[in-house]
Amino acid sequence: MRPIHYLRCLIGVSLREWLRFLNQRGRFFSALVRPLVWLAIFATGFQFVLGVSIIPPYDTYIPYSIYIAPGLIAMILMFNGMLSSLSMVYDREMGSMRVLMVSPLPRWFLLTAKLFAGVIVSVLQAYAFLAIALFWEIEPPWYGYIAVLPALILSGLMLGALGLLLSSAIRQLENFASVMNFVIFPMFFASSALYPLWHVKEASLLLYRICLANPFTHAVELIRFALYGQVEPVSAAVLVAATIIFLALAVYGYDPAKGLMARRTAE
Amino acid sequence: MTIPAFAVEGLGHRFGQRQVLRGVSFSINPGEFTVLLGLNGAGKTTLFSLATRLYAQGEGAIRVFGMDIQRQPLRCLQQMGAVFQQPTLDLDLSLEQNLYYHCALHGISRRDAARRIAVEVERVGLSDRRRDKARQLSGGQRRRVEIARALLHRPQLLLLDEPTVGLDISSRQFLLDHVRQLCREEGLAALWATHLIDEAGDGARVIVLHRGEVRADGATGAILGATRAPSLRAAFETLVQERAAA
Repeated sequence: MRPIHYLRCLIGVSLREWLRFLNQRGRFFSALVRPLVWLAIFATGFQFVLGVSIIPPYDTYIPYSIYIAPGLIAMILMFNGMLSSLSMVYDREMGSMRVLMVSPLPRWFLLTAKLFAGVIVSVLQAYAFLAIALFWEIEPPWYGYIAVLPALILSGLMLGALGLLLSSAIRQLENFASVMNFVIFPMFFASSALYPLWHVKEASLLLYRICLANPFTHAVELIRFALYGQVEPVSAAVLVAATIIFLALAVYGYDPAKGLMARRTAE
Repeated sequence: MTIPAFAVEGLGHRFGQRQVLRGVSFSINPGEFTVLLGLNGAGKTTLFSLATRLYAQGEGAIRVFGMDIQRQPLRCLQQMGAVFQQPTLDLDLSLEQNLYYHCALHGISRRDAARRIAVEVERVGLSDRRRDKARQLSGGQRRRVEIARALLHRPQLLLLDEPTVGLDISSRQFLLDHVRQLCREEGLAALWATHLIDEAGDGARVIVLHRGEVRADGATGAILGATRAPSLRAAFETLVQERAAA
């Protein structure tokens, strides 16, 4: 197998993900409606409750809707990453994952290709959200739209890798509700998506430390700074490290000899 | 000396405390159509899952054209086409899109894939359904697509796990004839797992698997001779009951 075979595989897996996405239009709308509901209702309602002081990268007082926009973009990436993992569990239950797993390309590459394919769909949804958010006067500088692309990709990879890891551990489709309760909601609320961390620190030092350790916080911050053409190096480093760890564990989880699949078949 | 297309040597597998395969050994030569006959729960699907690397192998060895699947898994998978018991088509994609996806997973270029898909779809008589969603195809047609798909990367070994489950008589016959013809005309080795005795047919080589053990291996005539049974059904029942009684 030469590099061209790997590239063809990557394109094929991405194309399939895209076709599946096009076939599930409801998925696209719900992925957009969810953050828009937060923006239109939650942000408006809390406009005067939550004050946001001048904190980097903002150089002036900002409306609350502008503050939570990066968190909502990260929310899109997280839901998409989790949906991608849900589709892996579904594929495993329905049998179509076997087609992927008997490919003669290495399993680590197949999982990485699947991850990239999901990220492409996530990033397009994030840009669709940014376009609609213009109606709420969320208007980062023009270069922010370009600068945010690597941040979206890196955040999407981290959240997608987490989704892959979860999919290797989830036995049945029904168990996915637990992911919502124990992964998505805690990650979202224990982060800087809805409130600045200095607010959290004032309320609880422990929660502040949890928020800092949460990779989702770093996804939100990387996107927030990138939208204004700035780099948050600590967040970028945390995301790279988290992506590598989650992906490595997912590959281990999908290894028939070592991982969770092996344990599952032994039960 | 011919290198067997598929060889299993002393294969064993257990799920926890339950031993599902025990000392299974046999080999299949290129061009040979072999029926792996066993009741549900005999260990056929476990054997297929081990051969396709979906389960990790414990005891024994599996070789594909002399290559150990543990040591050279990717080269072995290149030589192998598989049709699983569980349907594996993506029902929301068209017939053609499903096949392009398989080609991509094997690193086949789009242009080459188009040519191969045209040939294989024609062979299974579904050229006019190429753009239909897999969901719109009947059970038999979906199985035909899965066989076409398994052949796209031009394997020399075809593993089919209960490919006719739930199909009507004519669809079953079509698939059987198609695979037998591939063996005869293209030298493909095929292992056809089934619990339906009539799929063994006359003169076929049959391996009887029961409770994880090979109970008989040979041409239908030889098995009838050894068991002194008037039919393969009677021979199968004898073989299955023999050890249970013992």
